[in-house]
Amino acid sequence: MAFFKFENLRVAGIATCVPEHVEPTISTSTAYNREAYMATTGILEKRWSNDFTASDLCQAATERLLESLGWERDSIDVLIFVSQTPDYILPATACVLHGKLGLKKACLCQDISLGCSGWVYGMTTALSLLQAGTSLRRALVLSGDARKSAYEEPDQLFGYAGTATAVEYDPERSQYPIFIEVGTDGTGYDAIIRPEGGTRNPINEKTFELVECEDGRKRHGLQTRMKGMDVFAFGITTAPKSIKKLAKEAGFEYADFDYFVFHQANRKMNETIRAKLKLPEEKVPYSMTHFGNTSSASIPLTITTELGKTLPDNKVRVIGCGFGVGLSWGTIAFEADHIVIPPLVEL
Amino acid sequence: MELKEFIDNFAAQMEETDPAEITATTAFRDLDEWSSLSALSIIAMVDEEYDVTLKGDDMKAAKTVEDLYNTVQSKL
Repeated sequence: MAFFKFENLRVAGIATCVPEHVEPTISTSTAYNREAYMATTGILEKRWSNDFTASDLCQAATERLLESLGWERDSIDVLIFVSQTPDYILPATACVLHGKLGLKKACLCQDISLGCSGWVYGMTTALSLLQAGTSLRRALVLSGDARKSAYEEPDQLFGYAGTATAVEYDPERSQYPIFIEVGTDGTGYDAIIRPEGGTRNPINEKTFELVECEDGRKRHGLQTRMKGMDVFAFGITTAPKSIKKLAKEAGFEYADFDYFVFHQANRKMNETIRAKLKLPEEKVPYSMTHFGNTSSASIPLTITTELGKTLPDNKVRVIGCGFGVGLSWGTIAFEADHIVIPPLVEL
Repeated sequence: MELKEFIDNFAAQMEETDPAEITATTAFRDLDEWSSLSALSIIAMVDEEYDVTLKGDDMKAAKTVEDLYNTVQSKL
């Protein structure tokens, strides 16, 4: 198993930015009505706007977080941008953000192309760099998805958001190690896929022709499609296993943790996972009701919107677990010791 | 695993269909209330009750409740 144990490192703060515009859930199928869809997915509305890119939202979250933490910009050594909606094909959006945020030149910046599991991967990369590099002390993990590379109607499941998580080397304040377990099943690469526009299927005159997908809906080649049943089966089996594996390897009882923040896939999937782990409702916060499935932003977004009033004044233990596109998963266990969570930023 | 028990478990996932209507030969996709959301309930039930992971292709290949029972049986 791919297992990590990090010491002398801590999560210092998390901030989230979403578009101000609220998009209510509507019925787009004759197979079931709005109420049935909302009952299964748990999504009443989401934040959606084509006015901002993922990096715009992440930048606003970062500005607020740095201000709240009182961190100087030239103290940032690492910037990781996790997204599947980058600003450009090249350069890496992390470099664009580096310039806009006015960070120092001695700074490692890179993009990670992952979705639902992405925040855990961004954290794994940032924490590994801080643990390995003697001169690296502070890292920012920015994650989220927003505007697509071709126009789309608002999706019923997905909302837009950008987040910023600050981590630092601090042997005095980090008393509990951070544990991570990650994994991949690349045989399921096409379970969630935006098939055209890359080099495998370059953009051509047929890219924008609408083709009927598995779910009966028509999409063009730059729209994401999903094998819903496969993804559901993957999520409900992989997430509980990952948490159990991590607990066993790290030597703790997962039931002793205070909060379990899952990727906000859909209510039915998350409730199935919660039941399998026998977790009480109050330990499993949901943000999808008002924000939808927010891809790599979902775990930090849920921490800021649902635990933002509790965490800053307390020392609690949190497990975060992401699973999806790749197929890919990751679980992180950390102690949130009076972490800084500024109020939700809206653009 | 018994076929009868599997049928009962299947019927319990349906919200509007009378359980008596669900038999081994029921073509479940023809049920009035069947939708992609019902398929998720069946996948979750099979995972919970039998510790078997059904994929989308398994669901599509099965026509009747007994077909699905046979698929689960083959993965036990």
